[in-house]
Amino acid sequence: MILSAALFMIGVIGVMVRRNIIIIFMSIELILNAVNINLVAFSSQLQHVVGQVFAVFVIAVAAAEAAVGLGIILAFYRNKETVNIDEMNLMRW
Amino acid sequence: MIDSFVIPLLKIAIVLNATLVGVTYMVLLERKVIAWAQSRLGPMRVGPYGILQPVADAIKLMIKEDITPTRADKWVFTAAPIISMVPALITYAVIPFGPTVNLFGRQVALSITDINIGLLYVVSVASVGVYGIILAGYSSNSKYPLLASLRASAQLISYEVAVTLTLVSVILMAGSLSMVSIVRAQEIQHVWFAFVQPLAFVIFFIGGLAETNRAPFDMPEAEQELTGGFHTEYSGMRFALFFLAEYANMIVVSSVATTLFLGGWLRPFPNVAALGFLDIIPSWTWFLAKSFVFLYVFIWVRATLPRYRYDQLMAIGWKLLIPLAIANLVITGIVKVMLL
Amino acid sequence: MGQAIAFYTISAFVLFFAVLVVSTKDTVHSVLFLVVDFLFVAALYVLLGAEFLAAIQVLVYAGGIVVLYLFVVMLVNLKRPPEAYEDPHRRTKLGYALSAAVLVELGAIVGYGYLTPSPIRPAPAALPVSGNTEEVGWLLYTSYLIPFEIASILLLVAMIGAIVLAKREL
Repeated sequence: MILSAALFMIGVIGVMVRRNIIIIFMSIELILNAVNINLVAFSSQLQHVVGQVFAVFVIAVAAAEAAVGLGIILAFYRNKETVNIDEMNLMRW
Repeated sequence: MIDSFVIPLLKIAIVLNATLVGVTYMVLLERKVIAWAQSRLGPMRVGPYGILQPVADAIKLMIKEDITPTRADKWVFTAAPIISMVPALITYAVIPFGPTVNLFGRQVALSITDINIGLLYVVSVASVGVYGIILAGYSSNSKYPLLASLRASAQLISYEVAVTLTLVSVILMAGSLSMVSIVRAQEIQHVWFAFVQPLAFVIFFIGGLAETNRAPFDMPEAEQELTGGFHTEYSGMRFALFFLAEYANMIVVSSVATTLFLGGWLRPFPNVAALGFLDIIPSWTWFLAKSFVFLYVFIWVRATLPRYRYDQLMAIGWKLLIPLAIANLVITGIVKVMLL
Repeated sequence: MGQAIAFYTISAFVLFFAVLVVSTKDTVHSVLFLVVDFLFVAALYVLLGAEFLAAIQVLVYAGGIVVLYLFVVMLVNLKRPPEAYEDPHRRTKLGYALSAAVLVELGAIVGYGYLTPSPIRPAPAALPVSGNTEEVGWLLYTSYLIPFEIASILLLVAMIGAIVLAKREL
């Protein structure tokens, strides 16, 4: 459990501090993995498989989110030619 | 103590050595077979009938100069061939060469290990093998390898889907993911899965051709396209590693196809007692013979068919093979439920 | 004993590579460290007895999603290096402070869990099948069938969405 908390922390730091949006997405994947590790640890401790079932769903959702997110990044990059998140300010003057 | 350490290590050593020797001689076999298909003789000078040709090739590649492009990423450039080779070799851990036999008074199972998710392990390791190609193209730091590697990896991951779907229908027939159980199921059901699932066999064969970048799907590495594809900048031993990795992948695909579709180490008609005299031939010989036939068909196809264009290639993968594989799966499921 | 050593070693590697993912300047190296990280997490799953999940993790996560990331990185990296200048509007220190706050919160949750022991729950009834894959499959198709179907629809929607986003003109 401490491992998953630590991994979660590293992911959160990555999300907040880095400017490259692809690295932000990868930190989100790290966070999801941390959650998965937690689920599997509990599943192995309580000897019930439902934790692993939930983890499978988390992986599926992460796959869907990664695909759509990367599509958005590509579409954005085609217009603005940057992956620096500070420059993605279409909603701001 | 001996059983849990020495015997697996021995098995690993034997399988690895056999694989590496087999891979080097695959080069010779391919050149010979393609030559015979084209009415010529192939390598004949080195050794009797060209048998020592792989040794000459190996020495040549080892003493070649090892060039690294200037602004290439050194670590990734070195790691890419290794990443290509390793998945092909570690798939051998689950392939069964034979049943449990009695060697020197011990019961020894003729497979390095038998995990109960054997087939899933094979598929997941194959999907990691894509990285070698992507990283090779990227780390060469020049335009042509990068484009070629992107196309090659797109081809690989597209055909992975079709191949995995056919494997699921085989799992439906066998009822288990472990490779040894699949061979046993073929023994129990008295039939090789190639006859029960012919469509799956054909799709697996075509997908295997595409997965290993073999003709007619070898657009990524054809010399006439994109100046040699993703291994343009490689020379010497690293190029040799890529080459060997491709042949090792071919042998792995043949072994997996033999296990899943052609009955593994079973002799033909294992339940007909009248053919019992065939039992003196050891089981792993049957396995090797069947894999060899599969490999021969691979080389035969390369010598015969022309190359597909890239968009035709992707169209076949997505629009033809995947719907067929899904249809096969649905029909298998329905038949299985009706027969229960 | 051996299992504890293996667990700590693998955990150390997982955390080490995660730190490298977040702190490397070069994006491609970052993605590669992520792959290695996922492989170590899969090893962790095998250690905890979830072999099916480990194979799925390698197949889907390390073999599919990160390949997607690598594609995008290579398509995007071809021009100037990112993070080329410091934005004056960005408050990096506030980012670190917020992360520290999250850490304190997490620590509080973990500590609270240790202080108040949870009631012992009776072990659930044994499933009629053996093997890890069969157990997961059994649960997936009986008790959790509806989330399963919803997940497949979600994946279909995501596929269509990704294709639409990536097309140049509709």
